[in-house]
Amino acid sequence: MSGEEFVPLSLTPLLIGIFAAVACALPGNFLLLRKQALIGDAISHVVLPGIVVAFLLTGAISAAPMMLGAAGAAVVAVVLIEAIRRLGRIEPGAAMGVVFTTMFAGGVLLLEQTDTSSVHLDVEHALYGNLESLIWLDATGWSSLLDPQALAYLPVELSRMALTLLAVSLFIALFWRVLKISTFDEGFARTLGIRTNLLGLALVITAAVAAVAAFDAVGSIIVIAMFICPPAAARMMSNHLEGQVAWSVGFAVSSAVLGYVLAGYGPLWLGAQDAVSAAGMIATVSGLMLALTARFGPCRTRSGAPVGV
Amino acid sequence: MLDLASNNGQARQEQELANSPLAIRGLTVSYGQKPAVFSVDMTVEAGRMTAIIGPNGAGKSTMLKAALGIVPAVSGQIQVFGKPLEAQRARIAYVPQRASVDWDFPTRVIDVVLMGLYRELGLLGRLRPSHRATAMDCLDQVGMGDFASRQIGQLSGGQQQRVFLARALAQGADLYLLDEPFAGVDAATEKAIIGVLKTLRAAGKTVVVVHHDLATVAEYFDNVFLINTRKVAEGPVAVSFSAANLQATYGGRLATAQVDQLALALG
Repeated sequence: MSGEEFVPLSLTPLLIGIFAAVACALPGNFLLLRKQALIGDAISHVVLPGIVVAFLLTGAISAAPMMLGAAGAAVVAVVLIEAIRRLGRIEPGAAMGVVFTTMFAGGVLLLEQTDTSSVHLDVEHALYGNLESLIWLDATGWSSLLDPQALAYLPVELSRMALTLLAVSLFIALFWRVLKISTFDEGFARTLGIRTNLLGLALVITAAVAAVAAFDAVGSIIVIAMFICPPAAARMMSNHLEGQVAWSVGFAVSSAVLGYVLAGYGPLWLGAQDAVSAAGMIATVSGLMLALTARFGPCRTRSGAPVGV
Repeated sequence: MLDLASNNGQARQEQELANSPLAIRGLTVSYGQKPAVFSVDMTVEAGRMTAIIGPNGAGKSTMLKAALGIVPAVSGQIQVFGKPLEAQRARIAYVPQRASVDWDFPTRVIDVVLMGLYRELGLLGRLRPSHRATAMDCLDQVGMGDFASRQIGQLSGGQQQRVFLARALAQGADLYLLDEPFAGVDAATEKAIIGVLKTLRAAGKTVVVVHHDLATVAEYFDNVFLINTRKVAEGPVAVSFSAANLQATYGGRLATAQVDQLALALG
């Protein structure tokens, strides 16, 4: 493919897909090891009604109100979970399950019942995003990367996702040592004076920021897949945390690239007419990678002594 | 005259508090409605090895965790070497129960020991060869030097326990608190651990161990602390590790024959 075609049509969606995948996979490593992997799933469900309400109130899709709406929805979710847990006297996991599914259903219902036809906000957008439409029409080829006039019309999602990735990476790099210690042995971490509660909260907030930013650009399917699949596959490739995180970034990038290319050209190679959803294909590819590492990964078996012996 | 005597007594008590590596006053911890630890006082004697004993669910580990701020206390005051806990964290080393962590965590033996150097390294301090040398030295002390680059999941239970002890050694503390270090370990490990603890005591360090094996209390420890939600007794093994105190701590849960046997062993 020539630069004249690739740069305006494929470069930006590809980059946004890669940034979103890596921004979710990085905190996903720690969530996975803390046995909180479903938090990413939960966040992407819970924020939907908040985003819809924010849109209904402002009438436009823009970053600040959507983030506020998402944050508001997250607070409502926490309060609801706590209330259900106490009033119903059931375990937190069950309370979470009830709240997340209910709020997502509420979000879908709101979408269906209100007029959002003027913008890209509907159930399909919520699930699959609109990666393919994040194109850069002002670009004419590779030279546009140096053209300030064309650069000014880059899709806003690109810079937003790049900034999110930068923030997530900074958080992980800055708190790497304490995240590692407190994820492995929380009690010991506390005796060192590490504020493990605050750190855990900061990790969840970081994951939430990544989830909401990615949700906006690429839909919840990718968010859910990227929080879990690349880190889980990476765990089966390495027995060191450093190695696991590096592998997870590799898996996230390659599923974004492979998924995007397969979605765009796969059906054509098979003789079909249209392309399929890039977000859906990226999630599928990451799932396949997980399946392959689960079967062939070098570190996939538990090697240790049984617990309690 | 009387006033003076009680003043003296109070002064001596305050002195004792200031010197104690770990002084607990009125500690109450509660999980839900029922208190797990109720209004417990403890004054650990410096330079000695103290065993905390009591039946299952008596609050031994909970008391230790609350004293270290790992679990929240309902009430109580903690002093470490005469100062509040927060100011003295660098002087404390803690060995949690082995089963409290997931040994499938992706990391190597040496990395676990290096976690003991966190207070020295800080958030972003660079890991230098000298830090690695310290960690290796601590591993050698527990006889695990050959296992430095093993994945921790590949170790036996006893080896995992020794790695935890090496991490505590790397902390270079004055007060060592260990939660059930002898639970489910092989004889060689038990010997290695007690050897290290005795070396620490000889160097003037203070060691407190949550212990479950009554048969080895007299052999291993100087002092004993008996607890069953409330404190039963505290003092030198020769005095406080008595049949009457054990009966009061364990109640019907310790067979009379066992108590008699222990009493016999104690002379």
